[in-house]
Amino acid sequence: MSKLPGYALVGRILARRNLTFNRFAAFNPGRKAVISIPFFWLAVFFFIPFLVVFKISFSESDIAIPPYTSLFTWDADEAYATLTLYLGNYAYLIEDSFYLDAYLSSIKIAAISTIITLIVGFPMAYLIARSQGSKRLILLSLVILPFWTSFLLRVYAWMALLKKNGVVNDMLMALGMIDEPVRMLQTDFAVYVGIVYTYLPFMILPLYAVLEKMDLTLIEAAEDLGCHPIQSFFLVTVPLAMPGIVAGCLLVFIPVVGEYVIPALLGGSDTLMIGRVLWDEFSLNRNWPMASAVAIVMLVVLVLPIMFLRNRVGNKESI
Amino acid sequence: MTASDKASRPNYNPLTKPAPELWRDPDATPFVVFDGITKKFDDFTAVDNISLNIYKRELFCLLGGSGSGKSTLLRMLAGFEQPTSGRILIDGVDMAGIPPWNRPVNMMFQSYALFPHLTVENNVGFGLRREGMAEADVKRRVKDILDMVQMGHLARRKPHQLSGGQRQRVALARSLVKRPKLLLLDEPLGALDKKLREETQFELMNIQDELGVTFIVVTHDQEEAMTLATRIGVMNNGEVVQVGEPHDIYEYPGSRYVAQFIGSVNLLEGQVIVDEADEVKIQSADAGCILHVNHGISCAPNQTVHVALRPEKIQISHHAPEQTENCMQGVIEDIAYMGSLSVFRVRLNSGKEIRVTQPNFARDMGARFTWEDRVYLHWDIDSSVVLTV
Repeated sequence: MSKLPGYALVGRILARRNLTFNRFAAFNPGRKAVISIPFFWLAVFFFIPFLVVFKISFSESDIAIPPYTSLFTWDADEAYATLTLYLGNYAYLIEDSFYLDAYLSSIKIAAISTIITLIVGFPMAYLIARSQGSKRLILLSLVILPFWTSFLLRVYAWMALLKKNGVVNDMLMALGMIDEPVRMLQTDFAVYVGIVYTYLPFMILPLYAVLEKMDLTLIEAAEDLGCHPIQSFFLVTVPLAMPGIVAGCLLVFIPVVGEYVIPALLGGSDTLMIGRVLWDEFSLNRNWPMASAVAIVMLVVLVLPIMFLRNRVGNKESI
Repeated sequence: MTASDKASRPNYNPLTKPAPELWRDPDATPFVVFDGITKKFDDFTAVDNISLNIYKRELFCLLGGSGSGKSTLLRMLAGFEQPTSGRILIDGVDMAGIPPWNRPVNMMFQSYALFPHLTVENNVGFGLRREGMAEADVKRRVKDILDMVQMGHLARRKPHQLSGGQRQRVALARSLVKRPKLLLLDEPLGALDKKLREETQFELMNIQDELGVTFIVVTHDQEEAMTLATRIGVMNNGEVVQVGEPHDIYEYPGSRYVAQFIGSVNLLEGQVIVDEADEVKIQSADAGCILHVNHGISCAPNQTVHVALRPEKIQISHHAPEQTENCMQGVIEDIAYMGSLSVFRVRLNSGKEIRVTQPNFARDMGARFTWEDRVYLHWDIDSSVVLTV
């Protein structure tokens, strides 16, 4: 082995110690430059707004522009600066069970729709990964094709499909399966349909990525050792696809928890999701501090399970 | 078999001792039968009407280049491919319609196909657990087989933490642990370096001796086939062109293809001038002399035939030998000193190039011949073989 420069050696040792973040720590200037671009982007468009929201969550609602009290007051005569941290928003979040219900309901809807997306997406990803040449390309582009139209438009299309005199009801009646239109729009069912439809590509693509790389002789080896194909699926394919499963689930679960448009358009008044609550606080009640507190708590609620999953996958990959 | 039987065999190879030579007995029941097997992929014929019997405790090598159909044949035995026509019998049972997971066969894959998410012991125990074997028995069997392949100390490692040779041992253990009647090995030693290959070859033969399994090995490496096999089936273009013991395949190749595929060979073209029951004389313009061979052939008078002559069977000298038949003249064009032997490339007067190897039985052998030397090449009448195809 040729002699390594010192920083590379340090990087290697750290990598071997499984300090994953060090893989991203730039030990050479070129790397640093490349990484600094997304880093800068995230800092400006994610981290700073987050700090602003965090700040606002400690203000009180006010009839003013902007509609909240300022944290700092400066008395020029007395040279007296005060920092007022109002914790009432958070206290109210805990006191009023409405918010807790909204969080729980969001997580429930997100969890159920993630599972449905996984069950629907896995066979699709599997089929795409196993098909050859141009067929695979066509199937893959079919998965990506919906992104070419506006998300909002697609949700409206579902409204047309699911409404009382919509396509689905008409068809079911024509087939004689139902006598009168079923109420589908403005139910949880419509919300699940919309979410699963919208987020399916986010599940399929990471699954496809892992399944496509999988060595098919492993399946043959399992069958050779006495595995029925169903067994070999659960004993070999699924464990090996785990990184893709976790990635897909996170890609679906996280945005769905905060989803606003789909429950607002397809869901009924009783479909409680935190994204809607947040929007209502912000626009109807014009209570920016409360909305900010809701957003901060949502972030905390989401970050914890993600960190847990990240750790699990990280361990899986390092073994 | 008794010791005297062994001693009476002229080509007795102590390394292949465990197999009684069932294939020499016309009444023996074959263990694996390929009966007119053909496999087509669309319009490409991968395996073309092969009929072949393999006997219990054999270590049968299917030898051929890439695309010769040897792997397809193996995959049909394992059940991963279905023959287009023909029957496969294993231990008298027709394998048609029996899926891979119900066949009394295990396979060691060329890529080893170890499950990357399982430890060594769980890889090996995988097949036993599918049988529903009690956990204590699984543990014991896994431990035994890992000890046998000397991998017991690494049982808790994952495949990616092992070297190529270690992975290969695990793959072998995994394919043996279910005690299959028939073990299929696809290029088992392909990924190993030379030293490790040699060790493993002997180990494989010891294992076969110990467990009494029937092995079918697919390989493109003729050296591997020669050392391992009880019998070799040479494959070309989806057909088995010759089946025989390593010695027979090497010394009595049936065709130019086999002669060239196994080891290196010089082919001399000529016309038959004397065709007796037990000797043949051939006038060869290539050689510039009469070639005399002490076995008969069936051919038409004046038919063009080829004489196959192995490089190590040729004597090289500066002085004209007494014999005029089987004696050629040429100039040394190239010399390669390989330590144990030297390889000469000799250009004959006819322009034909001949490869000769000489063992370096004295230290100064290398210095006795040099470039541009005029030399005589001669050999005995029982050293060459006449090939009509």
